[in-house]
Amino acid sequence: MKGDNIKKFFIYFFLALGAIVMVFPFYWMISGALKTAAEYNSYPPVWVPSNWLNFDNFVRAFQKAPFQTYFLNSLLVTLCSVTLTGIVTILGAFAFSRLRFPGRELIFSFLLAFMMVPFEMMVITNYQTVTKMGIINTIPVLIVPFTTSIFYTYILKNFFDTIPDSLYYSARIDGASNWKYLWRIMVPIAKPSLVTIMLLNAISSWNSFLWTSMVINSDKYRTIPLGLFAFMTEGGSDPKLQLAASTVSVLPMIILFLFARKYIVNGVARGGLKG
Amino acid sequence: MTAKKKKKREGGEFNNGLEPVIYLLPFVIGLLIFTVYPIINVVLMSFKEGYRLSGSFTGIGLKNYTQVLGDKNFANAVRNTFIYVFSVVPIATVLAVIIANLLNQKIKAMALFQTAYFLPMVTSSIAVGLSWRYMFNTQFGVINWLLGVFGAGPIDWLGATGGQAPYNIFVIIIFGIWNMLPFTIILLLSGLQNIDPMYYTAAKVDGADSGMIFRRITVPLLLPTIFLTMIINMISSFKVYNEVIPFWSGKAGALSNNLYTMVYYIKETFYSKLRLGNAAAASIVLFLIIFVFTMLQKWVQKKFDY
Repeated sequence: MKGDNIKKFFIYFFLALGAIVMVFPFYWMISGALKTAAEYNSYPPVWVPSNWLNFDNFVRAFQKAPFQTYFLNSLLVTLCSVTLTGIVTILGAFAFSRLRFPGRELIFSFLLAFMMVPFEMMVITNYQTVTKMGIINTIPVLIVPFTTSIFYTYILKNFFDTIPDSLYYSARIDGASNWKYLWRIMVPIAKPSLVTIMLLNAISSWNSFLWTSMVINSDKYRTIPLGLFAFMTEGGSDPKLQLAASTVSVLPMIILFLFARKYIVNGVARGGLKG
Repeated sequence: MTAKKKKKREGGEFNNGLEPVIYLLPFVIGLLIFTVYPIINVVLMSFKEGYRLSGSFTGIGLKNYTQVLGDKNFANAVRNTFIYVFSVVPIATVLAVIIANLLNQKIKAMALFQTAYFLPMVTSSIAVGLSWRYMFNTQFGVINWLLGVFGAGPIDWLGATGGQAPYNIFVIIIFGIWNMLPFTIILLLSGLQNIDPMYYTAAKVDGADSGMIFRRITVPLLLPTIFLTMIINMISSFKVYNEVIPFWSGKAGALSNNLYTMVYYIKETFYSKLRLGNAAAASIVLFLIIFVFTMLQKWVQKKFDY
């Protein structure tokens, strides 16, 4: 089958070529962060840094701006957001999927209509609201406005809907309360869906920029993307230091992706088209 | 759900009383404060003239809309946004169809390829954008180096000469395509995997070659997914903002205003110029555009029973 081999070769050739293009910006970021000044400034470009353990640029970036603070802020915001939004979503999805109350279907169809309104349109009012609440320029301002997510509730409700009614009835007849049924039976069954929601939430929380750039103006509450932005505008004009800082900011998400690729990809594939 | 079953469910064997309220309370509070109220408020705000951050205003009318629609910067923002959307989405779609088809073959090292192709989905545009910024550097960047190898360039991607910066928009278009590919490939790949293998078997039995199978079976059956993916991508890319930020350190292009996008305009008008009414009117215009495409999406979903 000579023809098959040629076909195979072309498939791999084009896939590899595309993969290189996709990964190259990451490689360039990390290798740039590890280069010496001479290596970085030479042309034609130096493709491989001479010393892969040259962390000078990282040390200098951390000396110039408190990236450890930014990093911890991002971590705190992401963890709180994932936990809080997770709980609110589980409770809401359960009510919409399992509990009967008047107007349930009507309310839910309204919610789906709200999903098409871009967050950018709500930014002005939300800015005024968080100012009145007195949480502007604090950590909670990055968490509180996002606890209710129609999109995540929609995904989880759909999953809850697939859990057979009979399970609910037998649990209730055995004397389990709604509360117990939700946490002991539904949540464990829905674990794959929940993990997906939490991962998507963690990614968007970690990378959030527009809202953060409006509501945080003091250095000590900056998250990683905002800290990085501030660093490029006011701190260092040295590209190597910026690349070092960028590397630190993308690394947690890259690691998360390497470990949870299947969950993330499945979640996007399932949620994407309906969103 | 059958009618009989539905009736039974709605009757409900268990009296939940006020229990749903407890479960829904956190959700509803957040929804009312941060989604419902802002939507109503922004519509009202767009008609309030001279509206201030404190909430005071001087009159009611269409002045915000006439001001925004007459603003050169807004016209420019709409133009840039449309150029961005209608170049990034089609190009990304074509590339994604090819890549998704290659990834749908029986190949080794699938995990490795998937990781490579999907990685940009999880990383911040600000951070990776910085790397792209230095790749686009006129003197030292790898992109101009590569062009030089083929005897082309160098191109002044990020800069401006004589008050003109024609290449700036290509920077965010190229970056935008790269950013959009992972999501698009994932959706198309799942669309491909939903095609019944029976079609392929039948075509092979009838002696169709792989080019014919791709044109006559894969593309037509994938078409609904392609349509939907394009519309979703258009909706999200009308909101282009983060992609502009890293290249000019937060400015909209080398001339500071040549690369305004609609969201960039809304943010500037609100946050820097404090013209809240104008920003509200601009965001309503953005919403109307997105609304049209959302209706298109619903229509496609209904038509193809997605």
